[in-house]
Amino acid sequence: MSEQPLFSPRNPWVAASVGVTVVIALVSALAGLIWLPLAQPELKLAGIWDAICSAAGVPRAAPRGEQLPPDFKTSNVVMTPEMLRRPNPVSIGRGATLAQRCAICHGPQGVSDANSPNLAGQYAAVTYKELNDFKTGARVNAVMSPFAANMSNQDMLDLAAYYAYLPRVPTSHADDNVPAPPIVVTGAPMRNIAPCGSCHGDLDNKAGSPWLGGQSAVYIKAQLTAFASGIRRNDISQQMRNVARNMTAEEIDQVARYYEAQP
Amino acid sequence: MLTNKRLILAHFWLAFAVFGLALVLGAWQMFVRSPLNAWHFDPEFYYRSVTAHGTVMGYVFPTLVAMGFGYAISEASLERPLTGRRWAWAGFLLVAVGAVVAMIPVSLGLASVLYTFYPPMVGNPFYYIGVVMVVVGSWIWVALMSINMAVWKRDNPGKPVPLAMFANVAGSYLWGWTAVGAALEIIFQILPVALGLRSTIDAGLARVFFSWTLHAIVYFWLVPTYIAYYTIFPRAIGGRLYSDAMARISFILFLVVAMPIGVHHLFADPQVGAGFKFMHSVFTGLVALPTLLTVFTICASAEIASRLRGGSGAFGWVTALPWANPIMLATALSLVMLGFGGAGGLINMSYQLDASIHNTQWITGHFHLIFGGAIVIMYFAIAYDLWPHLTGRALDSFGWMRTQLWLWFIGMTVTTFPWHYVGILGMPRRMAFYDYANPAISPQALSVSMSVIGGLILLISGMLFLVVLIRGQMAPRCEEGREEGAWRFSVALHMPATIPAALNSFGLWLALMIGLTVVNYGYPIAQLMVLNQTNVPAVYVGAGR
Repeated sequence: MSEQPLFSPRNPWVAASVGVTVVIALVSALAGLIWLPLAQPELKLAGIWDAICSAAGVPRAAPRGEQLPPDFKTSNVVMTPEMLRRPNPVSIGRGATLAQRCAICHGPQGVSDANSPNLAGQYAAVTYKELNDFKTGARVNAVMSPFAANMSNQDMLDLAAYYAYLPRVPTSHADDNVPAPPIVVTGAPMRNIAPCGSCHGDLDNKAGSPWLGGQSAVYIKAQLTAFASGIRRNDISQQMRNVARNMTAEEIDQVARYYEAQP
Repeated sequence: MLTNKRLILAHFWLAFAVFGLALVLGAWQMFVRSPLNAWHFDPEFYYRSVTAHGTVMGYVFPTLVAMGFGYAISEASLERPLTGRRWAWAGFLLVAVGAVVAMIPVSLGLASVLYTFYPPMVGNPFYYIGVVMVVVGSWIWVALMSINMAVWKRDNPGKPVPLAMFANVAGSYLWGWTAVGAALEIIFQILPVALGLRSTIDAGLARVFFSWTLHAIVYFWLVPTYIAYYTIFPRAIGGRLYSDAMARISFILFLVVAMPIGVHHLFADPQVGAGFKFMHSVFTGLVALPTLLTVFTICASAEIASRLRGGSGAFGWVTALPWANPIMLATALSLVMLGFGGAGGLINMSYQLDASIHNTQWITGHFHLIFGGAIVIMYFAIAYDLWPHLTGRALDSFGWMRTQLWLWFIGMTVTTFPWHYVGILGMPRRMAFYDYANPAISPQALSVSMSVIGGLILLISGMLFLVVLIRGQMAPRCEEGREEGAWRFSVALHMPATIPAALNSFGLWLALMIGLTVVNYGYPIAQLMVLNQTNVPAVYVGAGR
């Protein structure tokens, strides 16, 4: 009857529903936390308490194996999407002075025909990371490594800010008629290759990915080959090595020609 | 008597308008990722579209239907005007504004995180703020349903709460509690990161919180459908409800066991222990119980109606049912889809079987068949049943209604059965591009193309549905105030005069629901909150733009 108080010991509904629920919960807990783990000998559990802890998901220290340090230097730069997005005019000014040392290869305006990278308009975070990697030895180049060896952190920030400040200018190779190869637009999902454009600017830009438009084809091809062979390995988590290893020689040529022709 | 017709109509019209838009997006998504489309679009647009489709279909559309239907049930079954009319309008405005606030960043490509959020992906804060506004708006409805039932009980001591209202309040409590998980995730984990106050997030904990919401939300979507089964269907076909008490027990079971089962969505997640996965699996199995009770009661009710109409024989009575009646048709088609969808669901909830279809297109097929099929087809039926009472105009394009319902059933079958199949073949879900030229994937091309045709049929059916409602809105007005014209609910074979307190109130069941949540979720959540170094850097969606 409705007048009867709900929570009273004489209400059979309370006893029955709470009882059934508790029994189901207990049985499922016993089965899930004790019986099923103990029924799996490969878990090598030490007893009931060990079984409960294991099934409840209590984290346990992994056995300490020997860690093999890599025999090469890895990049220590942490990239974030917001890194160095806000230019500082003083830094740009200092960078302009420092950049006079770089002009012989990279051009007085950050653009050159020397098959070295065009730095004008490059993202500051990208230039900074590469300088840093040259300095630490994560990336090695006979010309660049000695330059970077003596740079201070502030020097690298200033240079990066200066080159990001310079406008991108059309190079002598610009050509609107070069079609975008499939690897740039769609990648090759079955070979685990994301579209180049999804990081390098045609579709989207991801942290740490350089702007490739107008870069020398010789340079792009050399870098992809270096990534593929493992000579260059300062890419974070092997992102570019994994891509380059799976690209065909023909695709590398197409990509290099395409990006060289872009503004 | 329905007095706040404008309030209820506003909910339904907004619900069906956003449903129509999201349906177009859904059909487009199916086309662009199929072999029928040469790959020539920005995959970003696909994820934008999936986010919008999921957010609208998962949060906005069913919430508005449940709210509008709930207000209608409250007024019609308690036979008194809604208490808190202004609050109800405030809730509606919150949902409407929230939906717009959430959709702006999504359409700008700043929140392509899909409606399940997927931390460590983090989108624009306004997306999450919009979703929170939708949820808060619906919590106003939860409170109003509870208050209206309490006011009625105070004025009618000892009388059984009408079944429709009892079920409606059960659904609202279920939603009120299950939405807490996602709310905790958004407010304490995602929003601080989206607003730039923190740059790392405990993605594992966030997924556990979301699973708290993710499964029981399905039962919140389902409750209006079940209310329609129990309280509209028997009346519409001229029969009686087989058992009032069985109906109450079904809704109570949903309230108690629908909640502590969400971890079966995390079977492949390493941050939850296998023991808790097993416990959630057991309770997931128990949820089949109220559905089986319902199928039995509804079939028995149909048999009563048929025998009253002269049906006879062990199975011959089925032919005597009023098949020309759209409510009859919708309920039958809904039960068929519920059967297939439920069978698939038993596979999802089994730890070992799940491993073969986890995160494949099978899952997409499963929830479209259950939600888009079994549940939404009854939303159509509810609208068809309620529309004349809301508009005061006749809704008599029965042929169009039957065509629409059949098209929806055929469309959903042609869409989701091939999806289940390609899921078994291993096709992953949530991807914009599949290389069907690859020999390993090419066997899926035919099935995927078939499902595109299903999507097109669904689009046609959805548009036809809106046309039927618009025609109803433009038909000439009928004379008002006739007693026999009032919107009524089914009468049970044995209408209860008195009823045990447990079947007339929620205190006991809410205590069990919260208790089971603590038992099944308490330790996994507490452990993840205590553990250090479980945070990962957030991945900001669209940060470069």
